[in-house]
Amino acid sequence: MSKFAALSEYAVGKDYLLLPFTFAKLKAKEYVVTNLVGESFLIDRDDLENLVLHKSATNSKVFSKARAHHLVYIEGEKSPLELLALKYRTRKRHLKNFTTLHMMVVSLRCDHSCQYCQVSRQSEDVERFDMSIDTANKSLEHIFRTPSTSLKIEFQGGEPLLNFDVIEHVVQEAENKAKELGKDVQFVIATTMTLLEDYMLDFCKEHDIKLSTSLDGPEDLHNSNRPRPGKDSYQRFRASLDKARDVLGKQNVSALMTTTNKSLDRVEEIIDEYVSLGFSEIFLRPLSPYGFAKKTKAYDSYQIDEWLQFYKKGLNYIIQLNKKGHKIKEIYTTIILRKMLTFDDPLYVDLMSPAGIGISAVIFNYDGAVYASDESRMLAEMGIEKFKIGNVNNQYEDIFASDALIEAIDESMTVSSPMCYECAYEPYCGSDPVFHYGMYGDLVGRKPQSAFCKKNMGIFEHIFEIRKNQETKNLIENWV
Amino acid sequence: MLNLAGKVVTNFEGNHNGSTRHPLFLLTTNIDLSDRLKQDKAFLINKDASKVPKGFKHIFVLESFKEKIKNIQSPYTILPDYFMYLNDDDIIRLDFESSKVRVLYRNNTPNNSIMLTERCNHYCLMCSQPPKEIDDSWLINETIELIKMMPENIPELIFSGGEPTLLNDGFFKIIHTAAMYHPNTAIHILSNGRTFADFAFAQKYAKIDHDDKMVGIPLYSQEATIHNYVVQAQNAFDETIIGILNLKRLKQKVEIRVVIHKQTIDTLIDLANFIKTNLLFVDHVALMGLEITGFTRANLPSLWIDPSEYKEVLADAVDILTNANIKTSIYNHPLCLVPERARIAYKKSISDWKNEYLDECKRCVRREECGGFFSSGVKFKHTENLVPFS
Repeated sequence: MSKFAALSEYAVGKDYLLLPFTFAKLKAKEYVVTNLVGESFLIDRDDLENLVLHKSATNSKVFSKARAHHLVYIEGEKSPLELLALKYRTRKRHLKNFTTLHMMVVSLRCDHSCQYCQVSRQSEDVERFDMSIDTANKSLEHIFRTPSTSLKIEFQGGEPLLNFDVIEHVVQEAENKAKELGKDVQFVIATTMTLLEDYMLDFCKEHDIKLSTSLDGPEDLHNSNRPRPGKDSYQRFRASLDKARDVLGKQNVSALMTTTNKSLDRVEEIIDEYVSLGFSEIFLRPLSPYGFAKKTKAYDSYQIDEWLQFYKKGLNYIIQLNKKGHKIKEIYTTIILRKMLTFDDPLYVDLMSPAGIGISAVIFNYDGAVYASDESRMLAEMGIEKFKIGNVNNQYEDIFASDALIEAIDESMTVSSPMCYECAYEPYCGSDPVFHYGMYGDLVGRKPQSAFCKKNMGIFEHIFEIRKNQETKNLIENWV
Repeated sequence: MLNLAGKVVTNFEGNHNGSTRHPLFLLTTNIDLSDRLKQDKAFLINKDASKVPKGFKHIFVLESFKEKIKNIQSPYTILPDYFMYLNDDDIIRLDFESSKVRVLYRNNTPNNSIMLTERCNHYCLMCSQPPKEIDDSWLINETIELIKMMPENIPELIFSGGEPTLLNDGFFKIIHTAAMYHPNTAIHILSNGRTFADFAFAQKYAKIDHDDKMVGIPLYSQEATIHNYVVQAQNAFDETIIGILNLKRLKQKVEIRVVIHKQTIDTLIDLANFIKTNLLFVDHVALMGLEITGFTRANLPSLWIDPSEYKEVLADAVDILTNANIKTSIYNHPLCLVPERARIAYKKSISDWKNEYLDECKRCVRREECGGFFSSGVKFKHTENLVPFS
């Protein structure tokens, strides 16, 4: 008789308790199951049924997996709930930092006249569409009220370089304030770079300012998407890119693309353009239904299904390129993978619950209006002022505790929104009250009709699907 | 291999009561001490040139040199020659009633381990120090005395057991003394963590003022059933996890220690993922090879797996943990059986009773970087699949 007890002595009984989890069908009998904090695995439908019906054999592999992933626990056990609670708190810990990203529309003027422009641009010569020093100062007062110790100021437009004096002023003031308050501040300028001059680059270098620019694809596509006098958007972009990389360093110049209907069948060419120009990241983005995009019906020119095909084809091409040794990652996929694999919220405003509007990112418009998000001010340009949460002349508390903001955030909890709460992809998703209000006139929206749901659920499913291939899984998970 | 204990011949007739029943002696080979200082120390005769001094509290002499003390008046003890490794500032316990000595502290090793009790609430299948249900609470005062005798600024002090926290107040007294007397020494406590599930206990520990104290806690599987089986205790997994959480909640350093063997290898990857997902905040993960001693020898058939069979699994586990930025180390493995990609985590075991090598290792060009084997491994069971570097 051994003085050691057998493994079976430590087995649990047949009873177990369920913790909150959700599931979704991937295909046939294969299901994705996710726990309260987004840990997931694939499960066969029969196993899933047994698990839910308390019929799972507690000595089975699938039960062990469910137990270790906190889908189930044994009565009396304390650690599963403690760990779940801890993970949940970790996932939401950004909330206590409140707003980190502060956008400032320093000018609504722009040298481009893009069909899809999400901002309703104004022509270049109208100075009343520039932010004044006074408005900039008042914005800064609010910006530095955030409890967050590290904050980011992003200069937006129009074309922000058209009001570079105010950028210089804001950067210097913000640096002084940051030093005084012991905070860390970073700067980004969102610019097409067509009007970039040497002295601006020197200033950026001196103050560690990053550039976020736009590149829609090969020359003809880019120029056709982004008309400007001289039809030389691409040429100017290229010249500025070289200069900017030379002065600021390659890593400090990133690019974003927007998908128009002309882009739809050219995803591989677009990606090639990025790779060939040495970018290590690409963000495949659909059009948003705001500003001119809506007015000119650019947004309606393709359906979200078509965009999903575009995305999937693009992602596949990116994966193939990586296998051939070209290191390039797709940013949206990376954001989602980070939500799937870690408890570190990437703070992507559209994919947050509660919504990130106002409390994660906020925008100060050229005219002193404060909006809950970039998209909010685009809606406002269309006459929908729903998400105007105040003005720089208001008190900080009045802006961030405004009914406009509180109501929208209150309606944005996916854990309790109809259909969201039972969706397996809820932990990775978020609510976009601005989008839903703009499209459907309702903060929550009807999920079966929502293009937001269609797009994101399509992507979530796709990411689960392609991760079934081990090589692909390792490759894309490495992006996180 | 070093032998730390042994039978001796002694003429010492100490005080038979209380703590002086087995006094501790701090060794020196320095004859040039004032009478005042000689009274605190024992003189060690360990070479031909050694003179026989007067005035020391005690004299220890190696068997080979016992002729030197033929006519000596002061108390002495004759040590077997295998104690040749003893040197200045080492501390030795003399149990004169049973004529036994034990070396408790060696100054020339960077990791001294002090056993606080032989009692334990685990009964691990592979325990290297099988627990005993005895009253060894006298060790508390001895350990406190020992801690005070040790030189300052030693790199690390390891407190092991048994389960040290079972001493309760005695445990706090010991750690407190170590903290007060050795502020610059890393304090490493090997505990199964269960006692820390009591938040008040964890708080009391956290209050001990020391910048570098860490609890090393074993976690053998993310499957509670397997962990509980390996440690032979119901509910151990749950309490251990709560203990870890309490310690981290109180900002205490925690290390997770995994011994790899046949019962734990199948869930090693899942365990690494579990740690990454649930315990990302731990300060260190130690992945350790099996030591063929204690209970391991009795349970060898159900524990032994050749490290060559699991080397890719080990490397995958290291990848998972290091990619999550968790500091990870591999101990007690031959270097040649750790894949290149995992060698970043490889540690050459520095305990000097390990570091033994097999015949095949003689031609290996990287032997100096390799931790080699426990001597018990060389003797009883070891891999047959070494690939010496050339």
